[in-house]
Amino acid sequence: MIEHDVVIVGAGLAGMRCALEVCKELDVAVLTKVYPSRSHSGAAQGGIAASLGNSEPDSWEEHMYDTVKGGDFLNDQDAVEEYVKAAPRVIYELEHMGCVFSRTPEGKIAQRSFGGHSKPRACFSADRTGHAILHALHEQLMKNSKSVKIYNEWYMHSLVVDGDRCNGVIVSNIQTGEVEVIRAKAVVFCTGGYGRVFKITSNAFASTADGVMAAFEVGIPLEDPEFVQFHPSGLYRQGILFSEAARGEGGFLLNGKGERFMEAYAPSRMELAPRDIVARAEQSEMDAGRGVNGEDCIHLDLRHLGEARIMERLPQIRQLGIDFIGVDCVKDPLPIQPTAHYSMGGIPVDMNCHVILDSEGTKMNGFFAAGECACVSVHGGNRLGTNSLLDAVVFGERAGKSVLDYARGKDFGNVNEGREKARVLEKFEDIFQRDGSESYNQIRDEMKEIMMTNCGVFRDEERLKDCIETLKGLRERFKKGKVTDKGKLFNTEIYEIMELGNMLGMAVIIATAALRRQESRGGHFRTDFPKRDDEKFLHHSMVYDSPDGLDIKTKPVVITKYQPAERTY
Amino acid sequence: MATFRIKRFNPEKQPEPYFEEFQLDIPHGATLLDCMNEIKWTLDGSLSYRMSCRSAICGSCAVKANGHALLACQRQGEHLLQNDDTITLEPLGNMKPIKDLVVDFTPFWDKVNKIKPYLEPKEDPPEKERHQSQEEFRLIDDSSTCIMCGACYSDCNTLEVDDNFLGPAALAKAQRFVGDSRDSKTLQRVRDLSEPGGIWDCTHCAECVERCPKPARPFDRIKEIMTVALEQGVHNNNGARHALSFTNSVKRSGTLDENRIAPESVGIFNISGLIGLIPIGLRMLLKGKIPPIFHKSIEEVDDVKRIFKELDQ
Repeated sequence: MIEHDVVIVGAGLAGMRCALEVCKELDVAVLTKVYPSRSHSGAAQGGIAASLGNSEPDSWEEHMYDTVKGGDFLNDQDAVEEYVKAAPRVIYELEHMGCVFSRTPEGKIAQRSFGGHSKPRACFSADRTGHAILHALHEQLMKNSKSVKIYNEWYMHSLVVDGDRCNGVIVSNIQTGEVEVIRAKAVVFCTGGYGRVFKITSNAFASTADGVMAAFEVGIPLEDPEFVQFHPSGLYRQGILFSEAARGEGGFLLNGKGERFMEAYAPSRMELAPRDIVARAEQSEMDAGRGVNGEDCIHLDLRHLGEARIMERLPQIRQLGIDFIGVDCVKDPLPIQPTAHYSMGGIPVDMNCHVILDSEGTKMNGFFAAGECACVSVHGGNRLGTNSLLDAVVFGERAGKSVLDYARGKDFGNVNEGREKARVLEKFEDIFQRDGSESYNQIRDEMKEIMMTNCGVFRDEERLKDCIETLKGLRERFKKGKVTDKGKLFNTEIYEIMELGNMLGMAVIIATAALRRQESRGGHFRTDFPKRDDEKFLHHSMVYDSPDGLDIKTKPVVITKYQPAERTY
Repeated sequence: MATFRIKRFNPEKQPEPYFEEFQLDIPHGATLLDCMNEIKWTLDGSLSYRMSCRSAICGSCAVKANGHALLACQRQGEHLLQNDDTITLEPLGNMKPIKDLVVDFTPFWDKVNKIKPYLEPKEDPPEKERHQSQEEFRLIDDSSTCIMCGACYSDCNTLEVDDNFLGPAALAKAQRFVGDSRDSKTLQRVRDLSEPGGIWDCTHCAECVERCPKPARPFDRIKEIMTVALEQGVHNNNGARHALSFTNSVKRSGTLDENRIAPESVGIFNISGLIGLIPIGLRMLLKGKIPPIFHKSIEEVDDVKRIFKELDQ
């Protein structure tokens, strides 16, 4: 049995920031199913928010208000306050670590405008901000390689739990197929989101709900899973991201008639309204037959910015357009559509990243979560652009500090290695033994398709019920799937099957929570209940597993400074 | 119908790699990675390769297509079709295959670790951010775009014959710090990088620039480190001496004085090094390859001198 004081699952921004904190005092392992530098945080492009005020006066209060209004007042405001107050400090720390930032003429960190933010507060490194921070943190881990052990290409299958205490994780080495138990005094999940359940998504192949489902399977609820963000500028058909920075720098959105249609939806903020509003506007235009060439497609027009500005601020966007669809945005508009991008919901945690089990805040001892997989909730019903990198860094650090407070001086819990290992070995065996005829690929495609059409930008009761039924059928067929690779060595097929199992479970949870929430708020829009309903639904959803299916309870929203108000832009 | 010739390898089953062919209609707009997924998900689930982001930023899916390393997600399948309607896929070079298109990245990362890939700041940080001008940012802008995909490492001609070479990715990463106005260890870094296995072992073939899927262009970064090393007076190594001898010769005569460059490169007071040159010299003599004893300047040498003068200014 492997032993570490603390094991962190996931090596994106949150995981690595957490590790840097924990390694100051304790022995820490970071487990990733890819490599740290391949984590999906690196795909974030536009920026990281902080009220530095480097180009216009700004304050944490304004950042807080924008975040709460952007989240449609579902955010827990005590957490938001801590989060935006910490923002400038964590950005300066990243700069001190060596992170590369674009600069103002005076040499300060440059800041640009972003959707839903009333001030230019997105600190950026051209259009690869996530990449710059990811690599800066990875550099620091390499510097501290004596106190941080990184397990590259290991997969986390399950938590080891004893009553209300978490004692480790069961993992396997993707390269060799070997199953191991890691015993730890504390476990931190920084496992990211689950955008892969949707057909059109900006997410990496790795974003498959492994972490959230591992938590759910040991009895931990999931908070607000119905809130999924659709980003307005995914590449048409592929879904990969064209940064919101393209609009922050002044890009226009045009419908098939060449009109700047945002005029009709958010006249004061136009293209820089929050993402949920822009994505819905796009979908409405397309549904009304005003897409480009009548297709499900909108134009992102950057031509008026000029080549010099594009090359300085958005070079990667230009290259992506040229490589992936042969469109040079200097000369032609880019075809885009809404793409599943971010999960506002996740594993419920308190402000210090300790996982909680209910609305009273009962803690799961030794279990922490941070980043996209966690729900604090600082984003409420809709996250503002550039707030996610900030979330990962702020709460990665906070998780590290609380883990130290928790694990310092603690003993290891009891772990029955043989029994735990056997649980996962059985999972492998079960899949290998299935002699079915169903194609996992087809099941995956059908899941993604139904989630996109029935549980996407627009939802209603009928479509959601149909979606849940379809998913139930897919879960049955999943048990009769056919596997071709039965080897142990770098068997990517078996891991994709396990990921699919997690995604099917997650998809049902998203759709079920969406069906129960009979209102429209943030990223969750019900055409049959198009208004926000504070009287009935100003609360978080808490989805539990139960013998009779999913059981949804509620958790109050923490409101401190800003009372819910009508949300117009 | 396109034919994908894919190099398969699974030591659990058979010790030697072999090629297997798959037929596939490439849908319009499909990337090479889309094609590989189509093969894996509909024809043979046991095909292994790495992938993650699909948008050329995570660096997972680098493979060799038609003999050259590239990112599978970044290229359109149709564009890679050869005249006989085939695309040949192999694992990255200069690294040990594990299974099919998956290779062992351990030596790659070991070398990145060797160059001390982290900022060593000049002083305790200020309360806010350190200032860095836009010009200073530009010096590290390109190297910081590296995604560690290993495409350059795969096709590096030096690595093919010399395992000890740090390789283009690690050296590009080194430039990220050599060129950073906030770093305090520039001199130490260029000294270390001038050791055997470092910048001077690069053969200047620029294959890495061809293969780099980002603006990182490792060979350009290596040249920048060389310039800093020479500016900082780190001359006490064969590479720097070679570069200086080369420059001086051209400056003096407009052409290369081949009789001087070898002894000047090993160092004219380096007795054992000079003795080491004797066998090569003798072999050259026997084959009639010795250049003329008296080196002559070219006719337009004054023009060359003028160019150098202007460059100095």
